[in-house]
Amino acid sequence: MIAEDKAKGYIARRVAKEFKDGDVVNLGIGIPTLVANCLPPGIQIFLHSENGLLGMGPIPPEGYEHPNIRNAGSSSVSFLPGGAIFDSAVSFGLIRGGHLDATVLGALEVDEKGHLANWMVPGKMIPGMGGAMDLVTGAKRVIVAMTHVNKNGSPKIVKTCLLPLTSIRKVDLIVTEYAVFRVEDTGLVLIEYSEESSVEEIKGLTAAHFDIDPRLKTIER
Amino acid sequence: MKKKLITLHEFSERIPSGATLLIGGFLGDGTPDLLIDEILKTDKGGFTVIANDTAFPDQGIGKLISQKRVKKAIVSHIGTNPETQKQMIEGSLIVELIPQGTLAERIRAGGFGLGGILTPTGIGTIVENGKPKLHIDGKEYLVESAIKADFALLKAKKADFYGNLTFAYTARNFNTFMAFAANCTIAEIDELVPIGGLNPEEVVVPHAVVDCLIRGNRS
Repeated sequence: MIAEDKAKGYIARRVAKEFKDGDVVNLGIGIPTLVANCLPPGIQIFLHSENGLLGMGPIPPEGYEHPNIRNAGSSSVSFLPGGAIFDSAVSFGLIRGGHLDATVLGALEVDEKGHLANWMVPGKMIPGMGGAMDLVTGAKRVIVAMTHVNKNGSPKIVKTCLLPLTSIRKVDLIVTEYAVFRVEDTGLVLIEYSEESSVEEIKGLTAAHFDIDPRLKTIER
Repeated sequence: MKKKLITLHEFSERIPSGATLLIGGFLGDGTPDLLIDEILKTDKGGFTVIANDTAFPDQGIGKLISQKRVKKAIVSHIGTNPETQKQMIEGSLIVELIPQGTLAERIRAGGFGLGGILTPTGIGTIVENGKPKLHIDGKEYLVESAIKADFALLKAKKADFYGNLTFAYTARNFNTFMAFAANCTIAEIDELVPIGGLNPEEVVVPHAVVDCLIRGNRS
């Protein structure tokens, strides 16, 4: 097993390699947020936040927080030079209109067709979908960044999502601490795996069928 | 010319129990806290609140929930407010969850004279249950009706006496288009400036959709 604290860093660093210089990207709460700190040298991306900003910068030093410069998780953030403010209608125009190059989200379940469930567990947890349904429906690329199994050790990649779907739009890439899957029309294709693991171990941790890319390689750490 | 500046007391007298309220803000940022506190000084309740979220139990819209003044909340997210979830499970509060972009656009449609919107968001999920669908150019869309309300309660940064509004950074969020979608739009403002004191380029919401202004703490 790969320890959880180590896993988060692995996932964030691998996702960070997916972007081109100048991409407009929305990062979800949790592991996706860590991606911003892992970008390779020479790659600058523009961070979008649902509550109405583009060009979001890091958390300011203590004592420099502005009460009205916040991200979609209510944390104090900052603007980078060239940043922009807009209302929620414009913000979701960027999202739904296909103007985000990518969105990175967590998941409760992803199935072998690439469908994502990440917004409720009936009877247990009903936080609401917030912006997730619009993000998955509208972004040019949807990248799932999640631990391979849940806290009980059960696979999060399943044959068919039992939880309510976020969108019928399939995700494009699934990145875990063990594996990277590309989603194709035929289903999941394993393209990279952790050198601390093996394809056999990944099969044991995955409750869905996946094909193996002939150019399969280990994840660069 | 109608005078738009009113007192907090005049404000709360205008809001009847059971009214439908659009309330600006995103997790409390851009929510008119003074207006909410003034409502809480009365015994009025039974409101339908339409907003992005219910913030936190002791903050913004969350205070209306915690003091049981809300019978129905139409929002995109309640994950930060355990009290909302508790009342929903108990059955004392009706919660209607709407995707954030759909909620924003339904309110915008209401204020902009449209009957509704067509959106791909929610197709193939439980959000589409019971809603009509349309195929346009080979793509499927949900038909989502426009939203309007009795009152819009907004938070703005600056206003002139006419009611032109500017906003502070991310406090803008739902406040702009909500201004259009209510029979009576009331803005709590941090700063009042004379007519001519705003550069027309900085005005975000034009005065024609603002009915009342209330000076906030910093005015």
